[in-house]
Amino acid sequence: MPDTLALTPTRLILIAAFLLCGVVAPLLAPAYQTQLTELLLFIVFALAWDLVGGQMGYNSFGNVLFVGVGMYVCVIVQVGLFYNVGLYTEARGGGTEFIFDEAQFLTGLAVGIPAAMLACILLAWALGSLVLTMRGHYFAICTLGLGIAAGQIAAGIPWIGAGSGMLTPNPPDALGDVGLLLYYLSLGLAVVCALTFAWLLSTRFGLALNAIRDDEDKAEAMGLNTHAVKVTAWVVAAAFLGMAGALYGNLVRFIDPLQTAFAGATIGVWMILMALLGGRGTLLGPIVGAIIFQITKELFWTYMLGWQRVALGILIVVVAVFFPYGIVGFFRERSKQKSRIAEERT
Amino acid sequence: MIANLQILLDAPALSLQLLIDGILIGAVFALAAYGLALVWGVTNVINVAQGEFVMLGGFITVLCADYGLSPLIGMPIAAASLYVLGWVLFQLVIVHLVGRDMFNSVLATFGIAIVLQQLMAHVFGGADRIVESGLGSWFFLDGLIGIAKVKVLVFVACIALGIALAIFLARSRQGQAIRATAQEPRAASVLGIETRRVYALTFALNAAICGAAGALAAMAYTIHAYGGLAYTIRSFMIVVMAGIGNLAGIIWAALSLGVAENFAGFILGVQYQIAFVFGLLVVVLVLRNWRLKRKRLYLR
Amino acid sequence: MTSLLELTDVTKTYGGVVANDAISLNVQQGSIVGLIGPNGSGKTTLFNAITGTIPIDSGSIRFKGQEISHCLTGDIARSGIIRTFQQPRIYKAMSARDNMLLSASVRTEPFAHLFGRSNREAHDRMGELLDFVGLADKQDELAGDLSFGQQKLLELAMALINDPEMLLLDEPTAGINPGLVGGLIDRLKTANKMRGLTLLVIEHNMPVIMDLAEHIYCLAHGRLLAHGAPDNVRQDARVLDAYLGAA
Repeated sequence: MPDTLALTPTRLILIAAFLLCGVVAPLLAPAYQTQLTELLLFIVFALAWDLVGGQMGYNSFGNVLFVGVGMYVCVIVQVGLFYNVGLYTEARGGGTEFIFDEAQFLTGLAVGIPAAMLACILLAWALGSLVLTMRGHYFAICTLGLGIAAGQIAAGIPWIGAGSGMLTPNPPDALGDVGLLLYYLSLGLAVVCALTFAWLLSTRFGLALNAIRDDEDKAEAMGLNTHAVKVTAWVVAAAFLGMAGALYGNLVRFIDPLQTAFAGATIGVWMILMALLGGRGTLLGPIVGAIIFQITKELFWTYMLGWQRVALGILIVVVAVFFPYGIVGFFRERSKQKSRIAEERT
Repeated sequence: MIANLQILLDAPALSLQLLIDGILIGAVFALAAYGLALVWGVTNVINVAQGEFVMLGGFITVLCADYGLSPLIGMPIAAASLYVLGWVLFQLVIVHLVGRDMFNSVLATFGIAIVLQQLMAHVFGGADRIVESGLGSWFFLDGLIGIAKVKVLVFVACIALGIALAIFLARSRQGQAIRATAQEPRAASVLGIETRRVYALTFALNAAICGAAGALAAMAYTIHAYGGLAYTIRSFMIVVMAGIGNLAGIIWAALSLGVAENFAGFILGVQYQIAFVFGLLVVVLVLRNWRLKRKRLYLR
Repeated sequence: MTSLLELTDVTKTYGGVVANDAISLNVQQGSIVGLIGPNGSGKTTLFNAITGTIPIDSGSIRFKGQEISHCLTGDIARSGIIRTFQQPRIYKAMSARDNMLLSASVRTEPFAHLFGRSNREAHDRMGELLDFVGLADKQDELAGDLSFGQQKLLELAMALINDPEMLLLDEPTAGINPGLVGGLIDRLKTANKMRGLTLLVIEHNMPVIMDLAEHIYCLAHGRLLAHGAPDNVRQDARVLDAYLGAA
């Protein structure tokens, strides 16, 4: 799809406006800073899911695997650089012994996030050769199993807090508002993610992904190294999921193995819902979808009084059944029809 | 872990106990897996909410027991309620998924699973539930081995239900319509079989089977609002191992899984038992795919 | 002349049905060879066997002197054999242009080259080939929206832009506008002469294959019935029998 991604002047202005909004948003609406940070990370989740699911047609239900691994690796590095992780989790992370000063906290993040990325890259590379040879629902359910197995294993390891989870390091008071730092880190990650994907999709690699989605056997018979393409896409997605997971852990501050890190029934399926809401297989779709989803979710949380998860489940069913092409897909179809009508008139 | 292995080696009676318990719970897995295979084979929809149907059947039986009804009356009530639920869900949702991309059906039924989980957690709470049977146990080998009578009862009931279902599919007119539709939907509709009705019947029947399985599970084992997904994964794994429409294979695979899970739970520790189930799924799929690859095929 | 593709006693059975029964066949470098036979005679099975889509039971398949019968589809394609299908297979949700641009040199280029855009040369060849098959004005349409014949032509153009050493064509003229068939034959002959492209062609249209091929193999019921120069095969009593018997 090189043409649809061309940087026309209008698009450049739109992107610049978007970025400006992103930079000033937390200053204009400080009360929503956490939700905005979460939204930026959701955008990364949705984009990463769509690279493999929407663009390549490998619908993963287990991307939480990389979110969770990124989260845990980052917090382990953040703590482990300065303290004994086992003792830290035993003391439930708080107390007077485990103080992180300014330099320690920032170093922890600076080392932890790349470490999370690296761990996810290695994991994705190792798993890719095994699971990416399966297709369709076998791949879907296998990845679902991977995500949940990882959560159950994490919930059994006392060193990282087992079932009672792990707290991220307490930010020092001297650092001021760490939430703002996390916001701008997330904004940076989301922008880098979108730009990386835009570049990838503008190259022939993007065509290769779509070809695998349309007819993988044909692509292989044409001499495309489909295995390398699949593993590369999966690794790239995992890298971004890992970094986003690392930031997400620090945002929510408490990492529960089943509810936050490897949350297959929430974040794991939400990222699919976001990509679907906006439109699978498009670059803009997951971004739009994440925005709509985050607003919907916050409204549900405010007004559904404990029934929000039920409402979200119903939303998943409705979107999967009646609205599978999303908003971007809907508008594309409409503009296509319009041009067809215009063509018939001339 | 090594210590646990040592215990097993030192006490063969314990191994026998684990083996027997594994076989007994395997029958419940077999029943749910049979239902999954039935829906998969006929409508080509993979029902991820399978485990939630099982749990819901269990909760209905628990509810009946709370009102003083025997579980033996609770079970048909659970099956009938799930039959109605299955029929309604089919008309509302599943009918739109038949013949569509498999991804949509996995996602939509996953959504149903989430809704049911949350509803069950709201209504019945997040605790483990069980229906007390008060039947006691048989003891063998000077009390080294204890077999709960209710587990044997559940095992027998599961096998009986499975066989009854197989006979229904083989002999009855409706069963024949289901099998014909599974093989050749177009030919079946030409012959005057209303495929939509057959699909609905199949899905509702599956829900009823799950409801019965859940009722039985509630008598001998625990049920939990969030325990469904493990049942779904077990069913899927069993069907992948055995193949669709292979009842003997499904029973064999289910009993093996029950035994393997029990041993893994003992050796690795109970906290890793569910991790083992999901990990085993990945291993089973990878191995099966690897064997197919030598024939230039793959799982799809 | 050296032999490029050499099949010896290739046998494939599907649960009792013998689809290919000890077929031996030889394609010389730079030649155009035809493969004919009534429906169900095992022609497409043979294509599947050569391209590694199905494993064979016994026999040997050698390409450029190397045994390839144990190789996977992708490796065989990368070694130089590209095929088309009876039912055209194209990337349906991609535009005709993108179908072509991805196919260009995808077989030979290093993996890292995927992370760039198509070069001038690929664009030029795409334009020229699409022009030739009459799809120049359809290059922005989704390939899945094209008609059967157009998809067939697009698939052929994709195979040509891929620049294989050997091209296996499965009924290239079936479903195609008859006005285009003559040009198509010329084009294949030109590619054969100018680029040294070796062709193995399944075809039901007798005048076409008699005109195109230098050597023809005829299969019936999975067996090799006869082979030789087009004129000899045309007059072979067994070949006539097979076709009339099947009709």
